[in-house]
Amino acid sequence: MEQSRPHVGLFIPCYVDQFYPQVGIATLEILEKLNCNVSYPLDQTCCGQPLANSGYERETKESCQQFLNSFLQFDYVVAPTGSCVHHIKERYSKILNAPELQPSLNSKIFELTEFLLDILKVELQGTFRHKVGYHASCHALRGLRLSKSSEVNTAPFDKVKSLFGKVEGLEWSQLQRNDECCGFGGTFSVKEEAISLSMGTDRLTDHYEAGTEILTATDMSCLMHLKGLADKKQSTLPIMHLAEIINQIIS
Amino acid sequence: MSHSKASTDFLRNAEHAKWHDETLWMIREKRDLASQKVPEWENLRTIASSIKEHVLSNLDHLLLEFEANATKNGIQVHWAKDAQEHNQIVLDILKKQSCAQVVKSKSILTEECHLNPFLEKNGIEVIDTDLGERIVQFLHQPPSHIVLPAIHLKKRDISELFHQKLQTEKGNEDPYYLTQAARTHLREKFLKAKVAITGVNFGIAETGEFVVCTNEGNADMGVHLADVHIACMGIEKLIPRRNDLGVFLRLLARSATGQAITNYTSHFRGPEKGKQIHLILVDNGRTEQLGREKFRNSLKCIRCGACMNTCPIYRRSGGFSYQSTVPGPIGSILSPGLDLKKYSSLPFASTLCGSCTDVCPVKINIHEQLYEWRQEITKANPNHAESLSMKLASGIFKSPLAYRISGILMRKLIKNLPDSLIYNPWNVWGKGRKLPETPQESFRNWYLNHRKNEQ
Repeated sequence: MEQSRPHVGLFIPCYVDQFYPQVGIATLEILEKLNCNVSYPLDQTCCGQPLANSGYERETKESCQQFLNSFLQFDYVVAPTGSCVHHIKERYSKILNAPELQPSLNSKIFELTEFLLDILKVELQGTFRHKVGYHASCHALRGLRLSKSSEVNTAPFDKVKSLFGKVEGLEWSQLQRNDECCGFGGTFSVKEEAISLSMGTDRLTDHYEAGTEILTATDMSCLMHLKGLADKKQSTLPIMHLAEIINQIIS
Repeated sequence: MSHSKASTDFLRNAEHAKWHDETLWMIREKRDLASQKVPEWENLRTIASSIKEHVLSNLDHLLLEFEANATKNGIQVHWAKDAQEHNQIVLDILKKQSCAQVVKSKSILTEECHLNPFLEKNGIEVIDTDLGERIVQFLHQPPSHIVLPAIHLKKRDISELFHQKLQTEKGNEDPYYLTQAARTHLREKFLKAKVAITGVNFGIAETGEFVVCTNEGNADMGVHLADVHIACMGIEKLIPRRNDLGVFLRLLARSATGQAITNYTSHFRGPEKGKQIHLILVDNGRTEQLGREKFRNSLKCIRCGACMNTCPIYRRSGGFSYQSTVPGPIGSILSPGLDLKKYSSLPFASTLCGSCTDVCPVKINIHEQLYEWRQEITKANPNHAESLSMKLASGIFKSPLAYRISGILMRKLIKNLPDSLIYNPWNVWGKGRKLPETPQESFRNWYLNHRKNEQ
């Protein structure tokens, strides 16, 4: 390993791998542009969260081990998702009954924007002339604490938005409800279909009313749900994952 | 009925559902404003949580200390191991007083024990004196929210109900007018009642006193006019010292409704001369919950209802969709402990967004406990089809080769399936949402073509 060039293992969530390769490509290109030595381990699968959240955590021991085998060798593991990263950091050491893992999980594994801000100390320069609606994905917000949630009374901070502090032309949509869940929730989206659709519709309305031109988030899963809803209603809503926006800004 | 079925029914009346969501969100916003006025809010939450931690770890001797001090003050203390014992104790006291009509201020515990139907079966009329509770009682409904029992009803519903029950003017929806009518009606009941039942918000071990918080003063009105006061208290409602009370009082009303404090915070230490206070300490599954390591701190709950107001699912499905005495997120972690099978859909009625945990004044990790209950439920009530598909998925995720093959199949399948199959009634995703467009290749394939050769 070169001292100044961290060796980064790229973790691409299973559904991003299958449905949104452009998000994986953007993440890879960002890290390369920022002088990281990036590897994508070919034997990676899924973090196991869909099973665990459905109540079958006990069936995920081997996939957790598979993840660690693929990734623990790197200086850092970076992924364009708050949700999977949260699941790995929060639960793996408990699932595997291996508390000794926790320090490495804490210091190595990062959601993309947090990695850029806290580890690479990036301050984006460039332009992005759009009104952007930021959907605060719950697991990034209240799980990884990338920003202050509206419930708690601590000093405000927002890691994601502060990354864009010097980007010209970018305006954030002012929402009525800053951090209400979109209603995806994994299998919740089909188990509790009616509420899931109602929650998603309300989020979309909030963004339409705020004049959002492009909807973005740390997590493609929320965007998949919201975009799927908008498309079904035949209302246009361009979505871009944060990685795609960042990649465009630093190109 | 599962939660998802009940919530689907609730959402059919879209206009009402929207109103319900917005009304509860308004209360959540009031709570935000009130809590933001207290700079040490997060500290208070931590302290409250720690005090309750101490209580749960020392419940055995704190309860005995409480009993001894209360007895010294002249309070008659009873112990009830379950709802049945609790109800019987209440009935025995009422019988001894030859009391056929009793007034009761709000107590979720008595709802949990189904006290009203029990007493009614035994020929005793129960008058709920909290306005919201009286309204739902007229309708033979349970409360739909632990702080706002009639929040599912609109002014127009109440106007119509009062017209039928209290002979108010038809169509008069003026809240002041309707409240006055209820006051007059309840005043009559208060004056007649020989026995009054209340809940308990806090029992103080050090002094043997207990505290009841209300906004309407109905607990006080009932208790002071009656000869006998029966207070029903869950054993977890204890705090060690009177000094600790301020921490909880500052959190309770702000979290519940955004008020700085409830209008009435009444301390009951001992009976007036010639009168009686009976205090019933109720277990009803609490000791069992205390023994469940992952779920014990659900017993820290002070019943403020903030997790309901903040929950995007509760707001869009209403309290009745949970079909348990305590609805919403906290109910979904308490109820499975009482009956795992009956309440097995509740821990799944959540996206695990975590808002409940962040809003909770005593820092109960509600969404993490929802996750943990899911693990327990799939073990206890195996759903064979689901369990098989999970095993299949697990087999795929642990094997990189199987994962790749299934991914290729999935993309090919979605691309080539006719829309009629994707959007058929059995495909729940497709009913309200389009599927993502399937790309030509996965990221992995792209990587192999564009990067791997370079390395």
